[in-house]
Amino acid sequence: MNIEKNFLSKLKTYLIFAGPMTFAFLTVVILPFIYGIYLTFTDWNGISATHAFVGLDNYLQVFNDKVFWSSFLLTLRYVLFSVILVNVIAFFLAYLLTSGIKGQNFFRTGFFTPNLIGGILLGFIWQFIFSNILVYIGELFNLPIFSASWLTDPNKAFWALVIVTVWQYSGYMMVIYIAGFMNIPRELIEAADIDGANSYYRLKNIILPLMVPSFTICIFLTLQRTFMVYDVNLSLTNGGPYKSTELISMHVYNTAFLSQQYGIGQAEAFFLFLIVAIVTLSQVYFSQRMEVES
Amino acid sequence: MQKKNGALNAIKIVVLSVVFLLYIFPFFVVLINSFKDRKDILMNPLMIPAKLNLNNYIEAFTKMDYTHAFVNSLIITIFSVILIIVLSAMTAYIFVRRNWKFNQFMFFFMIASMTIPFQAIMIPLVKIYGSIGMMNNKWSLVYMYIGFGASLAVFIYHGFIKSIPLELEEAALIDGCSPLQTFFKIVFPLLKSTTVTIAILDILWIWNDFLLPSLVLISPEQRTLPLSVFYFYGTYTIEYGYAMAGLMLAIIPIIIVYLIMQRQIIEGVLRGSIK
Repeated sequence: MNIEKNFLSKLKTYLIFAGPMTFAFLTVVILPFIYGIYLTFTDWNGISATHAFVGLDNYLQVFNDKVFWSSFLLTLRYVLFSVILVNVIAFFLAYLLTSGIKGQNFFRTGFFTPNLIGGILLGFIWQFIFSNILVYIGELFNLPIFSASWLTDPNKAFWALVIVTVWQYSGYMMVIYIAGFMNIPRELIEAADIDGANSYYRLKNIILPLMVPSFTICIFLTLQRTFMVYDVNLSLTNGGPYKSTELISMHVYNTAFLSQQYGIGQAEAFFLFLIVAIVTLSQVYFSQRMEVES
Repeated sequence: MQKKNGALNAIKIVVLSVVFLLYIFPFFVVLINSFKDRKDILMNPLMIPAKLNLNNYIEAFTKMDYTHAFVNSLIITIFSVILIIVLSAMTAYIFVRRNWKFNQFMFFFMIASMTIPFQAIMIPLVKIYGSIGMMNNKWSLVYMYIGFGASLAVFIYHGFIKSIPLELEEAALIDGCSPLQTFFKIVFPLLKSTTVTIAILDILWIWNDFLLPSLVLISPEQRTLPLSVFYFYGTYTIEYGYAMAGLMLAIIPIIIVYLIMQRQIIEGVLRGSIK
Protein backbone atom coordinates (compact mmCIF):
# COMPACT_ATOMS: atom_id res chain seq x y z
CA MET A 1 0.00 0.00 0.00
CA ASN A 2 2.08 2.91 -1.23
CA ILE A 3 0.06 6.08 -1.49
CA GLU A 4 3.01 8.46 -1.18
CA LYS A 5 4.42 9.16 -4.61
CA ASN A 6 7.44 11.39 -4.11
CA PHE A 7 10.25 11.57 -1.60
CA LEU A 8 8.86 14.54 0.33
CA SER A 9 5.48 12.98 0.98
CA LYS A 10 7.18 9.74 1.99
CA LEU A 11 9.39 11.67 4.40
CA LYS A 12 6.35 13.44 5.82
CA THR A 13 4.48 10.15 6.43
CA TYR A 14 7.57 8.60 8.01
CA LEU A 15 8.13 11.54 10.33
CA ILE A 16 4.50 11.69 11.43
CA PHE A 17 4.30 7.98 12.23
CA ALA A 18 7.79 6.88 13.15
CA GLY A 19 9.63 10.17 13.70
CA PRO A 20 9.35 10.50 17.49
CA MET A 21 10.16 6.83 18.13
CA THR A 22 13.08 6.83 15.71
CA PHE A 23 14.49 9.92 17.38
CA ALA A 24 14.13 8.53 20.91
CA PHE A 25 15.57 5.16 19.88
CA LEU A 26 18.58 6.70 18.11
CA THR A 27 19.38 9.17 20.90
CA VAL A 28 18.84 6.79 23.82
CA VAL A 29 20.22 3.49 22.48
CA ILE A 30 22.35 3.99 19.38
CA LEU A 31 24.08 7.29 20.12
CA PRO A 32 25.30 6.19 23.59
CA PHE A 33 26.34 2.81 22.17
CA ILE A 34 28.53 4.40 19.49
CA TYR A 35 29.80 7.10 21.83
CA GLY A 36 30.56 4.34 24.33
CA ILE A 37 32.85 2.60 21.85
CA TYR A 38 34.67 5.92 21.43
CA LEU A 39 34.93 6.32 25.23
CA THR A 40 36.79 3.01 25.53
CA PHE A 41 39.72 4.69 23.74
CA THR A 42 39.89 7.63 26.16
CA ASP A 43 40.90 8.21 29.77
CA TRP A 44 37.82 10.19 30.82
CA ASN A 45 37.44 10.30 34.62
CA GLY A 46 33.85 11.46 34.83
CA ILE A 47 34.56 15.01 35.96
CA SER A 48 37.10 16.74 33.74
CA ALA A 49 35.77 18.44 30.64
CA THR A 50 38.52 17.07 28.41
CA HIS A 51 39.90 13.59 27.93
CA ALA A 52 42.93 12.26 26.13
CA PHE A 53 42.98 9.58 23.48
CA VAL A 54 44.76 6.55 24.90
CA GLY A 55 44.37 3.99 22.12
CA LEU A 56 44.00 0.41 23.32
CA ASP A 57 45.30 1.09 26.82
CA ASN A 58 41.92 0.52 28.48
CA TYR A 59 41.47 -2.86 26.81
CA LEU A 60 45.01 -3.90 27.79
CA GLN A 61 44.32 -2.84 31.37
CA VAL A 62 41.10 -4.86 31.41
CA PHE A 63 42.82 -7.96 30.04
CA ASN A 64 45.58 -7.69 32.63
CA ASP A 65 43.19 -7.01 35.49
CA LYS A 66 42.98 -10.06 37.77
CA VAL A 67 39.96 -8.71 39.62
CA PHE A 68 38.06 -8.32 36.37
CA TRP A 69 38.80 -11.90 35.32
CA SER A 70 37.88 -13.35 38.68
CA SER A 71 34.59 -11.45 38.54
CA PHE A 72 34.07 -12.69 34.99
CA LEU A 73 34.75 -16.32 35.90
CA LEU A 74 32.48 -16.00 38.93
CA THR A 75 29.75 -14.72 36.61
CA LEU A 76 30.25 -17.66 34.23
CA ARG A 77 29.94 -20.08 37.14
CA TYR A 78 26.85 -18.26 38.40
CA VAL A 79 25.27 -18.24 34.91
CA LEU A 80 26.00 -21.95 34.41
CA PHE A 81 24.43 -23.12 37.68
CA SER A 82 21.52 -20.68 37.50
CA VAL A 83 20.58 -21.52 33.91
CA ILE A 84 20.67 -25.26 34.57
CA LEU A 85 18.79 -25.16 37.87
CA VAL A 86 16.17 -22.63 36.74
CA ASN A 87 15.34 -24.66 33.65
CA VAL A 88 15.39 -28.09 35.28
CA ILE A 89 13.09 -26.94 38.08
CA ALA A 90 10.84 -24.96 35.75
CA PHE A 91 10.52 -27.92 33.39
CA PHE A 92 9.77 -30.27 36.24
CA LEU A 93 7.09 -27.97 37.69
CA ALA A 94 5.52 -27.48 34.27
CA TYR A 95 5.48 -31.25 33.75
CA LEU A 96 3.66 -31.79 37.04
CA LEU A 97 1.24 -28.94 36.39
CA THR A 98 0.18 -30.20 32.96
CA SER A 99 -0.52 -33.76 34.06
CA GLY A 100 -4.15 -32.98 34.84
CA ILE A 101 -4.14 -32.52 38.59
CA LYS A 102 -6.46 -30.20 40.52
CA GLY A 103 -5.52 -26.65 41.46
CA GLN A 104 -3.19 -26.02 38.52
CA ASN A 105 -4.04 -22.34 38.33
CA PHE A 106 -3.50 -21.84 42.02
CA PHE A 107 -0.01 -23.37 41.89
CA ARG A 108 0.88 -21.51 38.72
CA THR A 109 -0.12 -18.18 40.27
CA GLY A 110 2.00 -18.87 43.35
CA PHE A 111 5.14 -19.99 41.53
CA PHE A 112 4.98 -16.97 39.24
CA THR A 113 4.69 -14.38 42.04
CA PRO A 114 8.44 -13.58 42.52
CA ASN A 115 8.61 -12.35 38.91
CA LEU A 116 6.30 -9.48 39.64
CA ILE A 117 8.57 -7.99 42.25
CA GLY A 118 11.75 -6.09 41.55
CA GLY A 119 15.16 -7.67 42.15
CA ILE A 120 16.03 -5.07 44.79
CA LEU A 121 13.09 -6.15 46.96
CA LEU A 122 13.72 -9.86 46.36
CA GLY A 123 17.35 -9.47 47.43
CA PHE A 124 16.38 -7.68 50.64
CA ILE A 125 13.76 -10.30 51.47
CA TRP A 126 16.35 -13.06 51.15
CA GLN A 127 18.99 -11.08 53.00
CA PHE A 128 16.64 -11.24 55.98
CA ILE A 129 15.99 -14.97 55.40
CA PHE A 130 19.67 -15.88 55.17
CA SER A 131 20.95 -13.74 58.01
CA ASN A 132 18.03 -14.11 60.45
CA ILE A 133 15.54 -16.85 59.68
CA LEU A 134 17.97 -19.59 58.64
CA VAL A 135 20.36 -18.78 61.47
CA TYR A 136 17.42 -19.04 63.88
CA ILE A 137 16.33 -22.37 62.38
CA GLY A 138 19.95 -23.55 62.59
CA GLU A 139 20.07 -22.78 66.32
CA LEU A 140 16.66 -24.28 66.94
CA PHE A 141 17.40 -27.64 65.33
CA ASN A 142 21.15 -27.55 65.89
CA LEU A 143 22.02 -27.57 62.18
CA PRO A 144 25.67 -26.55 61.69
CA ILE A 145 25.06 -25.60 58.05
CA PHE A 146 22.92 -22.64 59.17
CA SER A 147 24.89 -21.75 62.30
CA ALA A 148 26.31 -18.60 60.67
CA SER A 149 24.70 -16.43 58.02
CA TRP A 150 25.39 -17.73 54.52
CA LEU A 151 26.09 -14.18 53.42
CA THR A 152 29.25 -14.00 55.53
CA ASP A 153 30.91 -16.95 53.78
CA PRO A 154 32.17 -16.41 50.19
CA ASN A 155 31.18 -19.86 48.91
CA LYS A 156 27.79 -19.97 50.62
CA ALA A 157 27.05 -16.38 49.57
CA PHE A 158 27.56 -17.50 45.97
CA TRP A 159 25.02 -20.27 46.43
CA ALA A 160 22.67 -17.83 48.13
CA LEU A 161 22.74 -15.79 44.92
CA VAL A 162 22.01 -18.89 42.83
CA ILE A 163 19.13 -19.92 45.11
CA VAL A 164 17.48 -16.50 44.92
CA THR A 165 17.89 -16.48 41.14
CA VAL A 166 16.31 -19.91 40.82
CA TRP A 167 13.43 -18.81 43.05
CA GLN A 168 13.02 -15.63 41.01
CA TYR A 169 13.01 -17.04 37.48
CA SER A 170 11.80 -20.64 37.67
CA GLY A 171 8.15 -19.58 37.88
CA TYR A 172 8.50 -17.46 34.77
CA MET A 173 10.19 -20.21 32.74
CA MET A 174 7.62 -22.68 34.08
CA VAL A 175 4.87 -20.62 32.39
CA ILE A 176 6.69 -20.91 29.05
CA TYR A 177 7.24 -24.67 29.49
CA ILE A 178 3.55 -25.11 30.39
CA ALA A 179 2.61 -23.45 27.09
CA GLY A 180 5.04 -25.81 25.35
CA PHE A 181 3.45 -28.89 26.96
CA MET A 182 -0.02 -27.67 25.97
CA ASN A 183 1.11 -27.50 22.34
CA ILE A 184 2.16 -31.15 22.16
CA PRO A 185 -0.54 -32.88 20.10
CA ARG A 186 -2.62 -35.25 22.25
CA GLU A 187 -2.71 -37.85 19.46
CA LEU A 188 1.05 -38.33 19.60
CA ILE A 189 1.01 -39.14 23.31
CA GLU A 190 -2.01 -41.42 22.88
CA ALA A 191 -0.40 -43.19 19.93
CA ALA A 192 2.71 -43.81 22.01
CA ASP A 193 0.58 -45.15 24.86
CA ILE A 194 -1.22 -47.54 22.53
CA ASP A 195 2.14 -48.73 21.21
CA GLY A 196 2.99 -49.54 24.82
CA ALA A 197 5.63 -46.86 25.39
CA ASN A 198 6.58 -46.42 29.04
CA SER A 199 6.78 -42.96 30.54
CA TYR A 200 10.58 -42.74 30.24
CA TYR A 201 10.42 -43.59 26.54
CA ARG A 202 7.55 -41.14 26.07
CA LEU A 203 9.55 -38.35 27.73
CA LYS A 204 12.79 -39.02 25.88
CA ASN A 205 11.47 -39.68 22.39
CA ILE A 206 8.32 -37.58 22.15
CA ILE A 207 8.09 -34.86 24.77
CA LEU A 208 11.70 -33.66 24.87
CA PRO A 209 12.16 -33.31 21.09
CA LEU A 210 8.88 -31.41 20.79
CA MET A 211 9.82 -29.14 23.68
CA VAL A 212 13.01 -27.89 22.00
CA PRO A 213 11.43 -24.52 21.00
CA SER A 214 10.49 -23.89 24.65
CA PHE A 215 14.02 -24.76 25.72
CA THR A 216 15.40 -22.35 23.11
CA ILE A 217 13.35 -19.46 24.52
CA CYS A 218 13.87 -20.26 28.19
CA ILE A 219 17.61 -20.82 27.96
CA PHE A 220 17.96 -17.63 25.92
CA LEU A 221 16.00 -15.61 28.50
CA THR A 222 17.82 -17.07 31.49
CA LEU A 223 21.24 -16.59 29.86
CA GLN A 224 20.48 -12.98 29.06
CA ARG A 225 19.09 -12.19 32.50
CA THR A 226 21.69 -13.98 34.59
CA PHE A 227 24.64 -12.55 32.66
CA MET A 228 23.39 -9.02 33.31
CA VAL A 229 22.07 -9.44 36.86
CA TYR A 230 22.66 -6.43 39.09
CA ASP A 231 19.70 -5.70 41.40
CA VAL A 232 19.69 -8.97 43.36
CA ASN A 233 23.48 -8.92 43.57
CA LEU A 234 23.36 -5.41 45.04
CA SER A 235 20.63 -5.94 47.61
CA LEU A 236 21.46 -9.52 48.65
CA THR A 237 25.25 -9.52 49.04
CA ASN A 238 26.42 -6.12 47.72
CA GLY A 239 29.39 -8.05 46.32
CA GLY A 240 30.45 -9.21 49.77
CA PRO A 241 31.95 -10.71 51.77
CA TYR A 242 35.21 -9.08 50.64
CA LYS A 243 34.10 -8.62 47.01
CA SER A 244 33.83 -12.40 46.65
CA THR A 245 30.37 -12.24 45.01
CA GLU A 246 30.86 -9.18 42.81
CA LEU A 247 29.30 -10.26 39.51
CA ILE A 248 30.38 -8.62 36.28
CA SER A 249 27.61 -5.99 36.07
CA MET A 250 28.42 -4.77 39.53
CA HIS A 251 32.11 -4.77 38.67
CA VAL A 252 31.47 -2.57 35.63
CA TYR A 253 29.30 -0.23 37.70
CA ASN A 254 31.92 0.06 40.43
CA THR A 255 34.81 0.61 38.03
CA ALA A 256 32.97 3.42 36.29
CA PHE A 257 30.91 5.14 38.94
CA LEU A 258 32.87 4.43 42.14
CA SER A 259 36.49 4.32 40.93
CA GLN A 260 35.73 6.99 38.29
CA GLN A 261 37.55 5.01 35.59
CA TYR A 262 34.90 5.52 32.93
CA GLY A 263 37.06 4.51 29.97
CA ILE A 264 38.05 1.22 31.58
CA GLY A 265 34.52 0.59 32.82
CA GLN A 266 33.15 1.12 29.34
CA ALA A 267 35.82 -1.20 27.85
CA GLU A 268 34.66 -3.88 30.30
CA ALA A 269 31.02 -3.20 29.42
CA PHE A 270 31.76 -3.47 25.70
CA PHE A 271 33.63 -6.73 26.19
CA LEU A 272 30.66 -8.01 28.17
CA PHE A 273 28.29 -7.01 25.36
CA LEU A 274 30.36 -9.03 22.85
CA ILE A 275 30.40 -12.11 25.10
CA VAL A 276 26.66 -12.01 25.80
CA ALA A 277 25.86 -11.46 22.11
CA ILE A 278 28.09 -14.36 21.01
CA VAL A 279 26.79 -16.74 23.69
CA THR A 280 23.08 -16.00 23.21
CA LEU A 281 23.14 -15.88 19.41
CA SER A 282 25.05 -19.17 19.10
CA GLN A 283 22.73 -20.76 21.67
CA VAL A 284 19.67 -19.74 19.62
CA TYR A 285 21.37 -20.89 16.40
CA PHE A 286 22.26 -24.34 17.74
CA SER A 287 18.99 -24.99 19.53
CA GLN A 288 16.94 -24.01 16.50
CA ARG A 289 18.81 -26.63 14.50
CA MET A 290 17.58 -29.21 16.99
CA GLU A 291 13.91 -28.38 16.46
CA VAL A 292 11.68 -31.01 14.87
CA GLU A 293 8.26 -30.94 13.23
CA SER A 294 5.51 -32.68 15.16
CA MET B 1 -5.12 -48.55 36.73
CA GLN B 2 -7.48 -45.99 38.26
CA LYS B 3 -6.08 -46.61 41.73
CA LYS B 4 -2.47 -46.32 40.58
CA ASN B 5 -3.21 -42.97 38.97
CA GLY B 6 -4.84 -41.78 42.16
CA ALA B 7 -1.73 -42.58 44.20
CA LEU B 8 0.51 -40.94 41.60
CA ASN B 9 -1.63 -37.80 41.58
CA ALA B 10 -1.49 -37.65 45.38
CA ILE B 11 2.32 -37.75 45.25
CA LYS B 12 2.35 -35.00 42.64
CA ILE B 13 0.11 -32.80 44.73
CA VAL B 14 2.26 -33.36 47.81
CA VAL B 15 5.44 -32.47 45.88
CA LEU B 16 3.84 -29.36 44.39
CA SER B 17 2.49 -28.26 47.75
CA VAL B 18 5.90 -28.55 49.39
CA VAL B 19 7.56 -26.54 46.60
CA PHE B 20 4.70 -24.05 46.75
CA LEU B 21 5.22 -23.48 50.48
CA LEU B 22 8.95 -22.98 49.89
CA TYR B 23 8.18 -20.36 47.23
CA ILE B 24 5.69 -18.50 49.39
CA PHE B 25 7.66 -18.82 52.64
CA PRO B 26 9.84 -15.67 52.10
CA PHE B 27 6.77 -13.45 51.64
CA PHE B 28 5.13 -15.02 54.67
CA VAL B 29 8.19 -14.30 56.80
CA VAL B 30 8.28 -10.65 55.75
CA LEU B 31 4.57 -10.33 56.45
CA ILE B 32 4.62 -11.72 59.99
CA ASN B 33 7.73 -9.78 61.00
CA SER B 34 6.39 -6.50 59.66
CA PHE B 35 4.02 -6.43 62.67
CA LYS B 36 6.66 -7.10 65.32
CA ASP B 37 9.22 -4.94 67.06
CA ARG B 38 12.95 -5.56 66.93
CA LYS B 39 13.05 -7.45 70.23
CA ASP B 40 10.38 -9.96 69.17
CA ILE B 41 12.00 -10.48 65.78
CA LEU B 42 15.37 -11.27 67.36
CA MET B 43 13.77 -13.57 69.91
CA ASN B 44 11.80 -15.65 67.40
CA PRO B 45 11.47 -14.53 63.76
CA LEU B 46 9.07 -17.38 63.00
CA MET B 47 6.50 -16.61 65.67
CA ILE B 48 3.11 -15.38 64.49
CA PRO B 49 2.56 -11.91 66.01
CA ALA B 50 0.00 -11.84 68.81
CA LYS B 51 -1.63 -8.64 67.59
CA LEU B 52 -1.58 -6.52 64.43
CA ASN B 53 0.73 -3.72 65.48
CA LEU B 54 0.87 -1.15 62.67
CA ASN B 55 3.63 0.97 64.24
CA ASN B 56 6.27 -0.25 61.81
CA TYR B 57 4.06 0.63 58.87
CA ILE B 58 3.46 4.17 60.11
CA GLU B 59 7.19 4.68 60.68
CA ALA B 60 8.16 3.18 57.31
CA PHE B 61 5.44 5.13 55.50
CA THR B 62 6.71 8.51 56.72
CA LYS B 63 10.46 7.74 56.79
CA MET B 64 10.62 6.46 53.22
CA ASP B 65 8.36 9.27 51.98
CA TYR B 66 6.04 6.65 50.58
CA THR B 67 3.45 8.97 49.05
CA HIS B 68 6.08 10.80 47.03
CA ALA B 69 7.83 7.65 45.89
CA PHE B 70 4.56 5.96 44.95
CA VAL B 71 3.33 8.95 42.95
CA ASN B 72 6.71 9.27 41.20
CA SER B 73 6.66 5.60 40.24
CA LEU B 74 3.06 5.91 39.07
CA ILE B 75 3.68 9.00 36.91
CA ILE B 76 6.85 7.60 35.35
CA THR B 77 5.26 4.20 34.64
CA ILE B 78 1.97 5.55 33.22
CA PHE B 79 3.50 8.15 30.92
CA SER B 80 6.30 5.87 29.71
CA VAL B 81 3.96 2.98 28.96
CA ILE B 82 1.32 5.09 27.16
CA LEU B 83 3.95 6.80 25.02
CA ILE B 84 5.75 3.54 24.23
CA ILE B 85 2.45 1.97 23.17
CA VAL B 86 1.20 4.80 20.95
CA LEU B 87 4.54 5.65 19.35
CA SER B 88 5.67 2.09 18.73
CA ALA B 89 2.29 1.02 17.33
CA MET B 90 2.49 3.90 14.85
CA THR B 91 6.09 3.04 14.00
CA ALA B 92 5.36 -0.65 13.52
CA TYR B 93 2.32 0.24 11.38
CA ILE B 94 4.34 2.32 8.95
CA PHE B 95 7.09 -0.33 8.89
CA VAL B 96 4.57 -3.00 7.86
CA ARG B 97 2.37 -0.99 5.51
CA ARG B 98 5.05 0.95 3.62
CA ASN B 99 7.51 -1.44 2.12
CA TRP B 100 10.33 1.10 1.74
CA LYS B 101 13.98 0.10 1.91
CA PHE B 102 14.57 2.56 4.73
CA ASN B 103 11.75 1.06 6.81
CA GLN B 104 13.12 -2.43 6.38
CA PHE B 105 16.54 -1.18 7.41
CA MET B 106 15.22 0.62 10.52
CA PHE B 107 13.21 -2.41 11.57
CA PHE B 108 16.23 -4.67 11.25
CA PHE B 109 18.33 -2.10 13.09
CA MET B 110 15.87 -2.06 16.02
CA ILE B 111 15.79 -5.87 16.24
CA ALA B 112 19.58 -6.06 16.16
CA SER B 113 19.83 -3.48 18.95
CA MET B 114 17.94 -5.81 21.28
CA THR B 115 21.21 -7.67 21.86
CA ILE B 116 22.70 -4.58 23.55
CA PRO B 117 22.42 -4.93 27.32
CA PHE B 118 21.68 -1.81 29.34
CA GLN B 119 25.03 -2.08 31.12
CA ALA B 120 26.83 -1.53 27.80
CA ILE B 121 25.12 1.84 27.39
CA MET B 122 24.74 3.22 30.89
CA ILE B 123 28.13 4.96 31.17
CA PRO B 124 27.94 7.01 27.94
CA LEU B 125 24.22 7.58 28.62
CA VAL B 126 25.03 9.25 31.93
CA LYS B 127 27.78 11.30 30.30
CA ILE B 128 25.68 12.51 27.36
CA TYR B 129 22.53 13.36 29.30
CA GLY B 130 24.52 14.78 32.20
CA SER B 131 26.37 17.17 29.90
CA ILE B 132 23.12 18.62 28.52
CA GLY B 133 21.54 18.96 31.97
CA MET B 134 18.89 16.27 31.59
CA MET B 135 19.68 14.43 34.81
CA ASN B 136 17.62 14.34 38.00
CA ASN B 137 14.35 14.83 36.13
CA LYS B 138 11.57 12.28 35.82
CA TRP B 139 10.65 13.42 32.32
CA SER B 140 14.17 12.62 31.13
CA LEU B 141 13.65 9.18 32.60
CA VAL B 142 10.33 8.81 30.73
CA TYR B 143 12.11 9.82 27.54
CA MET B 144 14.80 7.17 28.10
CA TYR B 145 12.20 4.48 28.76
CA ILE B 146 10.60 5.31 25.41
CA GLY B 147 13.94 4.77 23.68
CA PHE B 148 14.73 1.56 25.56
CA GLY B 149 11.20 0.20 25.17
CA ALA B 150 11.02 0.90 21.43
CA SER B 151 12.59 -2.23 19.96
CA LEU B 152 10.57 -4.89 21.75
CA ALA B 153 7.25 -3.05 21.38
CA VAL B 154 7.80 -2.33 17.68
CA PHE B 155 8.81 -5.96 17.16
CA ILE B 156 5.68 -7.37 18.83
CA TYR B 157 3.32 -4.93 17.08
CA HIS B 158 5.05 -5.61 13.75
CA GLY B 159 4.30 -9.32 14.01
CA PHE B 160 0.64 -8.67 14.75
CA ILE B 161 -0.06 -5.90 12.23
CA LYS B 162 1.26 -8.16 9.44
CA SER B 163 -1.65 -10.52 10.11
CA ILE B 164 -4.36 -7.83 9.73
CA PRO B 165 -6.00 -7.85 6.28
CA LEU B 166 -5.61 -4.68 4.22
CA GLU B 167 -9.22 -4.36 2.98
CA LEU B 168 -10.52 -2.34 5.93
CA GLU B 169 -7.80 0.26 5.59
CA GLU B 170 -8.25 0.53 1.84
CA ALA B 171 -11.96 1.15 2.32
CA ALA B 172 -11.20 3.87 4.86
CA LEU B 173 -8.72 5.53 2.52
CA ILE B 174 -11.27 5.53 -0.31
CA ASP B 175 -13.76 7.14 2.08
CA GLY B 176 -11.28 9.97 2.47
CA CYS B 177 -9.59 9.15 5.78
CA SER B 178 -6.01 10.37 6.14
CA PRO B 179 -3.40 7.72 7.01
CA LEU B 180 -3.35 9.00 10.59
CA GLN B 181 -7.16 8.75 10.92
CA THR B 182 -7.09 5.31 9.36
CA PHE B 183 -4.53 4.18 11.88
CA PHE B 184 -6.28 5.50 14.99
CA LYS B 185 -9.87 4.70 13.96
CA ILE B 186 -9.37 1.30 12.34
CA VAL B 187 -6.01 -0.29 13.04
CA PHE B 188 -5.22 0.73 16.62
CA PRO B 189 -8.49 -0.69 18.08
CA LEU B 190 -7.71 -4.01 16.38
CA LEU B 191 -4.37 -4.18 18.21
CA LYS B 192 -6.02 -4.33 21.64
CA SER B 193 -4.73 -7.75 22.72
CA THR B 194 -1.18 -6.88 21.65
CA THR B 195 -1.44 -3.55 23.45
CA VAL B 196 -2.41 -5.35 26.66
CA THR B 197 0.61 -7.66 26.29
CA ILE B 198 3.02 -4.77 25.80
CA ALA B 199 1.44 -2.75 28.60
CA ILE B 200 1.87 -5.63 31.07
CA LEU B 201 5.49 -6.30 30.07
CA ASP B 202 6.45 -2.63 30.22
CA ILE B 203 4.58 -1.88 33.45
CA LEU B 204 6.39 -4.74 35.22
CA TRP B 205 9.73 -3.61 33.80
CA ILE B 206 9.44 0.11 34.52
CA TRP B 207 7.70 -0.16 37.90
CA ASN B 208 10.40 -2.50 39.20
CA ASP B 209 13.43 -1.03 37.43
CA PHE B 210 16.27 0.05 39.67
CA LEU B 211 19.54 0.65 37.81
CA LEU B 212 18.38 3.29 35.31
CA PRO B 213 16.43 5.44 37.82
CA SER B 214 19.29 5.12 40.31
CA LEU B 215 21.57 6.72 37.71
CA VAL B 216 19.15 9.41 36.52
CA LEU B 217 17.27 10.48 39.66
CA ILE B 218 19.50 12.02 42.29
CA SER B 219 17.50 14.10 44.78
CA PRO B 220 15.41 12.22 47.38
CA GLU B 221 12.07 13.78 46.38
CA GLN B 222 12.47 12.39 42.84
CA ARG B 223 12.94 8.78 43.98
CA THR B 224 10.78 5.97 42.66
CA LEU B 225 9.51 3.19 44.92
CA PRO B 226 12.43 0.73 44.38
CA LEU B 227 14.90 3.56 45.02
CA SER B 228 13.23 4.72 48.21
CA VAL B 229 13.05 1.11 49.49
CA PHE B 230 16.74 0.75 48.71
CA TYR B 231 17.78 3.83 50.71
CA PHE B 232 15.30 3.12 53.48
CA TYR B 233 16.48 -0.47 53.90
CA GLY B 234 20.09 0.69 53.86
CA THR B 235 19.39 3.15 56.69
CA TYR B 236 17.29 0.81 58.83
CA THR B 237 18.97 -2.57 58.28
CA ILE B 238 19.14 -3.04 62.04
CA GLU B 239 15.54 -1.95 62.68
CA TYR B 240 14.15 -5.17 61.21
CA GLY B 241 10.53 -4.26 61.91
CA TYR B 242 10.73 -1.02 59.91
CA ALA B 243 12.61 -2.73 57.09
CA MET B 244 10.01 -5.51 56.81
CA ALA B 245 7.12 -3.02 56.83
CA GLY B 246 8.92 -1.00 54.14
CA LEU B 247 9.23 -4.12 51.97
CA MET B 248 5.56 -4.93 52.50
CA LEU B 249 4.51 -1.41 51.52
CA ALA B 250 6.38 -1.78 48.25
CA ILE B 251 5.07 -5.29 47.56
CA ILE B 252 1.37 -4.74 48.42
CA PRO B 253 0.39 -2.62 45.36
CA ILE B 254 1.82 -5.22 42.96
CA ILE B 255 0.15 -8.12 44.76
CA ILE B 256 -3.23 -6.35 44.70
CA VAL B 257 -2.99 -5.80 40.94
CA TYR B 258 -1.80 -9.39 40.49
CA LEU B 259 -4.73 -10.83 42.42
CA ILE B 260 -7.19 -8.91 40.24
CA MET B 261 -5.51 -9.58 36.90
CA GLN B 262 -3.39 -12.70 37.40
CA ARG B 263 -4.66 -14.46 34.29
CA GLN B 264 -4.00 -11.49 31.98
CA ILE B 265 -0.59 -10.84 33.54
CA ILE B 266 0.66 -14.41 33.13
CA GLU B 267 -0.71 -14.64 29.60
CA GLY B 268 0.72 -11.24 28.70
CA VAL B 269 4.19 -12.18 29.93
CA LEU B 270 3.92 -15.50 28.11
CA ARG B 271 2.90 -13.98 24.78
CA GLY B 272 5.58 -11.33 25.11
CA SER B 273 8.37 -13.85 25.62
CA ILE B 274 7.36 -16.42 23.00
CA LYS B 275 7.48 -13.74 20.30
